[in-house]
Amino acid sequence: MLDDLALNGEAEEYSYGFLDEQTKRMIRRAILKAVSIPGYQVPFGDREIPLPPGWGTGGIQVTASIIGKTDCLKVIDQGADDTTNAVSIRRFFARVARVNTTESTGEATIVQSRHRIPERPLQDDQILVMQVPQPEPLRRLVTSEVETRKLHAFARYGLMQVRLYEDIARYGNIVMSHDYPVRVHDRYLASPSPVPKFDNPKLHRSRALTIFGAGRERRIYAIPPFTDVRSIDFDDHPFERQKWQSCCARCGAEDSYLDEMLLDDAGNTQFVCSDTSYCNDRLSEGASR
Amino acid sequence: MITSIKGGEKAIDASHQLLSKRRRGDPNVAQLSVEQIREQLSLAVDRVMNEGSLYDPTLAALAIKQAEGDLIEAIYLLRAYRSTIPRFGFTLPLDTASMIVRRRISTTHKDVPGGQFLGPTYDYTHRLIDFALLDGCDDEDGLPLPDSDQVEDLHLHHDAGFISRTGLVEEELPDDSQEVADITRSPLTFPSTRDQRLQNLVRGDEGFLMALCYSTMRGYGRNHPYVAEMRHGDVSVVMEIPEIDLEAGIGTVQITECRTIHLTVGKSETPPRYTRGYGLLFGHSERKALSVAVVDRALRGAEFGEERRYPAQDEEFVLSHSDSVAASGLVQHLKLPHYVDFQAEQQLLRRLREDYDKRASEALAKENDDA
Repeated sequence: MLDDLALNGEAEEYSYGFLDEQTKRMIRRAILKAVSIPGYQVPFGDREIPLPPGWGTGGIQVTASIIGKTDCLKVIDQGADDTTNAVSIRRFFARVARVNTTESTGEATIVQSRHRIPERPLQDDQILVMQVPQPEPLRRLVTSEVETRKLHAFARYGLMQVRLYEDIARYGNIVMSHDYPVRVHDRYLASPSPVPKFDNPKLHRSRALTIFGAGRERRIYAIPPFTDVRSIDFDDHPFERQKWQSCCARCGAEDSYLDEMLLDDAGNTQFVCSDTSYCNDRLSEGASR
Repeated sequence: MITSIKGGEKAIDASHQLLSKRRRGDPNVAQLSVEQIREQLSLAVDRVMNEGSLYDPTLAALAIKQAEGDLIEAIYLLRAYRSTIPRFGFTLPLDTASMIVRRRISTTHKDVPGGQFLGPTYDYTHRLIDFALLDGCDDEDGLPLPDSDQVEDLHLHHDAGFISRTGLVEEELPDDSQEVADITRSPLTFPSTRDQRLQNLVRGDEGFLMALCYSTMRGYGRNHPYVAEMRHGDVSVVMEIPEIDLEAGIGTVQITECRTIHLTVGKSETPPRYTRGYGLLFGHSERKALSVAVVDRALRGAEFGEERRYPAQDEEFVLSHSDSVAASGLVQHLKLPHYVDFQAEQQLLRRLREDYDKRASEALAKENDDA
């Protein structure tokens, strides 16, 4: 009981991980349900936390509920550890959960991310927490929650298939570069969060558990390890990842997602890895262009 | 005995006295000065200046004081004052490229020519009540307050052209072919022009515009925004004085400028590209600048052959309901006496009710007869 109320121990301003113990328990239950029904969006009671909704509050609440003192946390935004929001979230957890933090994907036990999945394949003992602005993949087609819940219940995903078909008929291509919907374990249609579709295949049979947290929309969903994750497509228009003509200007990687850097006002550009940890690892291993 | 509410004169005087008393609060607490509001509640001042359509921080602060912090009331005060001042003419367009930058960010690239400056922002603060401010001597990080403005000025001299040079973005072309509209002098017309819309949005209620912007992001008229650039700082205001055939700087204003770009693949006859939204506001008003830019783009749908389906895309809905002064006025007019209309309506209702009762009893009688 005292444990639950976090009344023991030294007088601390805030509860461990910021959220109170009951809230964390509620979120853990939602996570367990999410893991049991892969891809299904579990409603949960979102709380106000010191960072604003839309800036990763869902991911933060998931992380706050699963983090412990022995964890090592990595936070990335757009693939990079040094982006301001990532720095802000990392500092938040360093303060309220007193955990070690890292910038290396390999060292982390929890990776919280916005808009990217690390290039380096995640392992069994790692958990990826994704920040999600809109958990409902059908929302761009159907605004009503009542309707979309029914569509999920009956697994009626023809609408999305029609949308893809119309894109191909009209523009010759599927006009979706990120937040490209996936079917999880042949059942639920789910949003991989706004990661570039380049990252979608990494979810397929990943060794790590992936938990998606959408605070503002009050939903948690998950993809357990070794789950089949298929990006929806057509037999004659198979799913394709983004490709680049060039390689990373720092480490020479040809297999990573690249950021375009503007070098000057004349329009000269250069490409470098968006995943800073991957790029640094390759450099320290002696790779270079 | 029933007394009707008459002789309002005394009541109104008494009400105003009560207002002054409440405004003053506990007389043992020092009175708030207009300078304090202007210097320490500057974001409230900025909001009042934007929606009040008048750049005057001191007057806006005074309006906030007079309105006891009710910003919509303060906006109304400033708008009313604005009606009393003459218009000399138009300044030249602000040269925002030569802004003295306090803050500048771009989200489409990791870094941009000219650089990014985080500047003052609440974005990355943790929203924890800072009890140290109760005692009021230190700032948030416990640092001593600087005696003077030690922040170095950053002369940027850099436009937001970097995004145009990708060749994928709609060009930003100046159009001097017609005079700029002034919706404070001549009424808005439908279909509206972009200058009318942008003026209307800047004067519009921040909460309303933010909700509209939010609705587009949640699927009610999605338009895929990226913030190509947000900058905040000081710019000079220059006026052409025809009598002496000279351009003269008449002062500086603080502004926030936001450029958004939006993926647009609508029409088959135009190339797929990014189209633009734009918001320019007084002071430091990023939330509103963003909302204005995204709603500006939502309202440009007709140009790109987009179907008008959702509230944020409907210019008549947005522009006719954005004004907080107008909205607050009509909503609150419901507190005025309406007993004449009510009496008339009641009479009508009674007649309808009699008819209904008659029909009901007739139907009942018929049913009994049949049975």
